[in-house]
Amino acid sequence: MSNLFNSMIEWIDKRFPLTSNWKAHLSEYYAPKNFNFWYFFGSLALLVLVNQLLTGIFLTMNYKPDASQAFASVEYIMRDVDYGWLIRYMHSTGASMFFVVVYLHMFRGMMYGSYRKPRELLWLVGMCIFFVLMSLAFTGYILPWGQMSYWGAQVIVSMFGAIPAVGETLQQWLLGDFTLSDAALNRFFAYHVVTLPLVLLVLVFVHILALHETGSNNPDGVEIKENKNPQTGIPVDGIPFHPYYTVKDIVGVVVFLIVFCGIIFFAPEMGGYFLEYNNFIPANTLQTPDHIAPVWYFTPYYSMLRAVTINFLGIDAKLWGVILMAGSVVIFCFLPWLDRSPVKSIRYKGTYFKTALALFVVSFFVLGWLGTKSPTPLYTLLAQIFTVIYFAFFILMPWYSKIDKTKPEPKRLKE
Amino acid sequence: MKKITIAILILLCLIPFSIFAGESGMALERASVDITDNASLKRGAESFVNYCLTCHGASYMRYNRHRDIGYTNEEILEKLIFTGQKVGDLMESAMRKKEAEEWFGVVPPDLSVIARARGADWLYTYLKAFYRDETTATGWNNLVFDRAAMPHVLYQLQGEQKLVVKKSDKGEEKSLSLEKPGELNSSDYDKFVGDLVNYLVYLGEPHANARKKLGIEVMIFLLGMLLLSYALKKEYWKDIH
Amino acid sequence: MADSFSINDEMSGRRKFLVAATSVAGGIAGAAIATPFLLSMMPSERAKAAGAPVEVDISKLEPGMLLMVEWRGRVVWVLNRTPEMLESLVKVEEQLADPNSEKNQQPEYARNRTRSIKPEILVTEGVCTHLGCSPVFRKEIAPADLGPDWQGGFFCPCHGSKFDLAGRVYKNVPAPTNMVVPPHTYLSDNRLLIGSESEGSA
Repeated sequence: MSNLFNSMIEWIDKRFPLTSNWKAHLSEYYAPKNFNFWYFFGSLALLVLVNQLLTGIFLTMNYKPDASQAFASVEYIMRDVDYGWLIRYMHSTGASMFFVVVYLHMFRGMMYGSYRKPRELLWLVGMCIFFVLMSLAFTGYILPWGQMSYWGAQVIVSMFGAIPAVGETLQQWLLGDFTLSDAALNRFFAYHVVTLPLVLLVLVFVHILALHETGSNNPDGVEIKENKNPQTGIPVDGIPFHPYYTVKDIVGVVVFLIVFCGIIFFAPEMGGYFLEYNNFIPANTLQTPDHIAPVWYFTPYYSMLRAVTINFLGIDAKLWGVILMAGSVVIFCFLPWLDRSPVKSIRYKGTYFKTALALFVVSFFVLGWLGTKSPTPLYTLLAQIFTVIYFAFFILMPWYSKIDKTKPEPKRLKE
Repeated sequence: MKKITIAILILLCLIPFSIFAGESGMALERASVDITDNASLKRGAESFVNYCLTCHGASYMRYNRHRDIGYTNEEILEKLIFTGQKVGDLMESAMRKKEAEEWFGVVPPDLSVIARARGADWLYTYLKAFYRDETTATGWNNLVFDRAAMPHVLYQLQGEQKLVVKKSDKGEEKSLSLEKPGELNSSDYDKFVGDLVNYLVYLGEPHANARKKLGIEVMIFLLGMLLLSYALKKEYWKDIH
Repeated sequence: MADSFSINDEMSGRRKFLVAATSVAGGIAGAAIATPFLLSMMPSERAKAAGAPVEVDISKLEPGMLLMVEWRGRVVWVLNRTPEMLESLVKVEEQLADPNSEKNQQPEYARNRTRSIKPEILVTEGVCTHLGCSPVFRKEIAPADLGPDWQGGFFCPCHGSKFDLAGRVYKNVPAPTNMVVPPHTYLSDNRLLIGSESEGSA
């Protein structure tokens, strides 16, 4: 039996680099042995990606990208297709959980300096993944063609109209019509199920390749490759990814699935955060709902879009809003060059950085919460204050990270 | 890092977990919803086809789906279908959309998922909050939905209510008082509306009971899987610590 | 410390057991996840509703006339056979592959010479049992193309299979079996229900 297996592997290895890839990326890929809780989210993101692809394919079997049929086809999936409700909830919950997992993954990177040299490119590819993910979420949210799909998309697309000179033409080109209509629904469907998933898959592949080139960072921010066993050439603080991190990740996957299934089976709307109540009303092009808010993962940026209420530097408030909103996401790309601290990990960074990061997290949550609310003068003021804090975290980083009192980084992993 | 983690968890707890779009300041009454109570759901279903289905459709729902709540095909034909449709048909409204628009100014919305959009409490309060108002086209108005296009379809049961406005320093306080009693007394009417709303909740997500049942099975499996995988991880990581 | 770390090449019994148990549990989970996805591809409630039994009024069906009815997207023939047509069923029997309808192509109540509940009324799916074409109703006797022995019947233009007026297949043609008689019943003398044997599921 095992002889047959071995000769089969041998046969394949002569024609395809199976064993060498298995070794390079799993059984002889050495990862730092001190990964903690925060290091689960990379593999979990991969799991959610698979979930989205699989459920997405099955949803396309019954969904109709047609303005007059889309809403009904979603309810058709929910009621008439066997287990359609399960597949749909897996997809809708998966969308939100994708952002939960990716935000935690990004936060991990910010805490332990995973964006620092030599992982700048890894971080940038990750940011591209994040942009594609946002586009996927946006194009996907339009598809049920409910009130929030329609008016949410209307708001986002109108932002392009804020661009001087070409704005209006660009907007019409994006929509294929003078307003958001069937034409846009049809093409956003094409982006959502073909274009963007393809790009995402390529980027994820590149992300993992780049990771395995530099090796993983860790909570101590120490480069384990700088300390190899002279005989074997294996990092002394490294352990093979397989089996040690595969068995560990299985535990993480099961815990994640408990949360994920808890939502799917017992709270699929998640109190209106994962599936918004107004999206159970079919799109009505003549009537905006009383209260529109994007899905929770976009609310921090949405708050910043609304926060600007005055024109300055000769640019009107609407365009500033759009600039800030775009800027708030793009600015993550500059982190590798903004951070001037001599150490990577927050464990050895000083009070300034820790405070700044804490303030940033608070502002992200407050902005996110404000984004779900109707604007009032108080809320707008709060949004303005926290927008300033949000950007200050990035813009002031070269200064405070440099003067921060850091602790010396160890040569070896602590644990 | 521990501190940051804890801070994040606390922040997550602070997020308020309900964001139904409130339409007016009026406090909503709580509907008691129990979609496992088949007797209540059946009463609600029969009221629904008698009072609502004439104008509103529930056109994503099939009649034969009501086997969920304990009807047989014969009972469905007898108790729920009056328009010669088949048991496998969708619950479409008998009224034409054009005519409806002429009569009410709007097409009556489809009610299949109305409970998911509005919430049970809103529907419950709405169906109890009609009052006489001579200034509107229908002669009726509603406390939670000002100038609703729908007339008070259930007035024969509830009777006619009148708006009472009390002015105080805090501002206006609106309430309703029963002027002409209907066929049902107030607690029977509450029960009638309660059953109807219960049915609407079921109608919004007919698979909800099956979903929860499957969920419990999945959870039990996953907990077993957790023990197993944790033991496996412990076993392997003995090599390292 | 790292130096204390070494890979156990020989797996302990406990380790082997846990790997096997987790793999089995994972396999069960995989199968359990695949199930709803595969079931979602079965005919939906809409398809089932569209495939519901159909009621047909046959009061106006003259002797010798063929009525076509759609059930589950397929054509079902209702043929009111004349006495001559019924006689022809006896004449052709020697040339048939399965004259006594022994193969299970009809409900029990249609396992007879006329393959019907009422002798004169034939109810059969108008689908050739070879590759699914719909045969043509050829009631004329001994036409030039079908030869002198032809007593009237159904001829499949796709691959030349022949059936008699009870949907029974001839010998030496591509079609292997008699045509399928769908479940059906009479709600009254002239009300025929195709697709079900009782009214309740209508």
